[in-house]
Amino acid sequence: MNPAQAVSSSGRAELQSQRIRAAMWFLLPMIIALVCVAAYPLFRSIYFSFTDTSLSNLYAGHWIGFDNYLSPRTLPSGRTIYRGTLVDPAWWNAVWNTVRFAFVSVVLEATLGMIVALVLNAEFRGRGLVRAAILIPWAIPTIVSAKMWAWMLNDQFGIINNLLMKLGIISEKIAWTANVDTAMFAVLIVDIWKTTPFMALLCLAGLQMIPRDVYEASKIDGIHPVKVFFKITLPLVKPALMVAIIFRMLDALRIFDLIYVLTPNSSATKTMSIISRENMIEFDKFAYGSAQSTLLFVFIALFVILYIWLGKVDLGGDKK
Amino acid sequence: MKILKKLAFYLLVLVIVVLSVFPFYYAIVTSFKTGTSLFEVDYWPKSFSLVNYYAVFQQGEFPRNILNSVFIASMTVFLALLMAVTASYALARVNFRGRSLMLMTILAVSMFPQIAVLSGLFEMIRFIGIYNTPWALILSYTIFTLPFTVWVLTTFMRDLPIEIEEAAIVDGATPWQIITKVFLPLMWPALVTTGLLAFIGAWNEFLFALTFTSSNETRTVPVAISLLSGATQYETPWGIIMAASVLVTVPIIILVLIFQRKIVAGLTAGGVKG
Repeated sequence: MNPAQAVSSSGRAELQSQRIRAAMWFLLPMIIALVCVAAYPLFRSIYFSFTDTSLSNLYAGHWIGFDNYLSPRTLPSGRTIYRGTLVDPAWWNAVWNTVRFAFVSVVLEATLGMIVALVLNAEFRGRGLVRAAILIPWAIPTIVSAKMWAWMLNDQFGIINNLLMKLGIISEKIAWTANVDTAMFAVLIVDIWKTTPFMALLCLAGLQMIPRDVYEASKIDGIHPVKVFFKITLPLVKPALMVAIIFRMLDALRIFDLIYVLTPNSSATKTMSIISRENMIEFDKFAYGSAQSTLLFVFIALFVILYIWLGKVDLGGDKK
Repeated sequence: MKILKKLAFYLLVLVIVVLSVFPFYYAIVTSFKTGTSLFEVDYWPKSFSLVNYYAVFQQGEFPRNILNSVFIASMTVFLALLMAVTASYALARVNFRGRSLMLMTILAVSMFPQIAVLSGLFEMIRFIGIYNTPWALILSYTIFTLPFTVWVLTTFMRDLPIEIEEAAIVDGATPWQIITKVFLPLMWPALVTTGLLAFIGAWNEFLFALTFTSSNETRTVPVAISLLSGATQYETPWGIIMAASVLVTVPIIILVLIFQRKIVAGLTAGGVKG
């Protein structure tokens, strides 16, 4: 691994320390940049969540402890009431929406992505064309796909209602994005459409690592293809799949843009990111929104730790 | 039986292709329609009018928005690559203590929920005085382009053989010379792919762009499209929105199709979503 080993042993130690010194200088710009755009803003956001700072005057805030999260107040009557994010029904609604969205979308995307990957892993004419076609949803900006689908799902003039009525599946037009019962469904459809290709490509990369003779051997032994998939293919792509799933999960947990454009102001789809920004910027509850964003951060951090710990996922950090 | 199986397979292939391509196809069809024909559902293109495309360029500041997006995305990618090349050399080729911890931290930053830094970044951007300028976005986009480029370039550099570096060391090359003379020429393909993926990420970004800009002239394309509105607030100009959508998507799709294979390789290394 160490190229310095090639040189005679006398100059080796010096060369190694020279390389390390150079490495530190090489890393410095990146470290400074990441401290400026990630570490410091994160620290400030968390700090704001313990103050009563408002958007109009960022420096007039006072330290108020955990009041944005939970603050008990005893009324003259002796009854104690609680205020703060942790007892805010709107917040818990957002938490539930986020978790539900993330779970359903990732499970479906992983399943469909696997199916598409299996198709692409087979040899057939026009495979390159299919792979190009599935890259299109991935390449389209999220905002654009949200608008495209908003148009297709339009209640009056949308092609989806038109098609479903022609096929006799629905008898009257549905306001997919406006209706509380179908808004989440609409968001899921668009997200799955846009993200399944990404999953498929990651699964495909995993599938292509499996040597072909494994399949040939099982074919000669006459094992049923379904059994081959569950006993051979799935265990072998599992590491790649686990990494793909966690990346997708983290993306899904912080979803903002698609929902902001597709179903604005619908309580059925408001996620943690949406409600946090809404409080921070639009409702002038800067500190309260910061508390919510901090909770989302803690939630995601805990999730990652649990996932890596329980799933023994190798994120490919430093294998060699 | 065999033919039936083959038929079912090709049917599945057909479904995948149609589902992938149809929404964009329908956006193109819609963008060529005007007036009342917009409100009739057509599965095949019937009219061909460029009225919506003219309107896009007269509506608001759309040409300006495109320039903003191009400038911001290119600048972000350029700066990220500049820092990433040296950093990834250090991370991939030099053994130092704390290296894996640093790699893990970089990966953690790339998984950050952006909302978690929003209020802190907002304060910083206000403090520096770059609110509502392209620099606010160039600064904030670094949070996802830099970790991503460092991560992908590190995996790329780690796989290069030791021999190429050994020869340079024997010749007495300094680490800086090794990067610029030995690695850079080998890294062009990786740089193009990573740069392109980071560019797409910056081009598509919405949350920061929505929060850190406030006027029509400084907005980027995604925000401009999300805010396109008609003469009255009840009338959504679908034709114009679709024309704008097609305009900003076609270049990206062409780029992606040209660099197809490389992008797939880069995605697998970086595990990111656009």
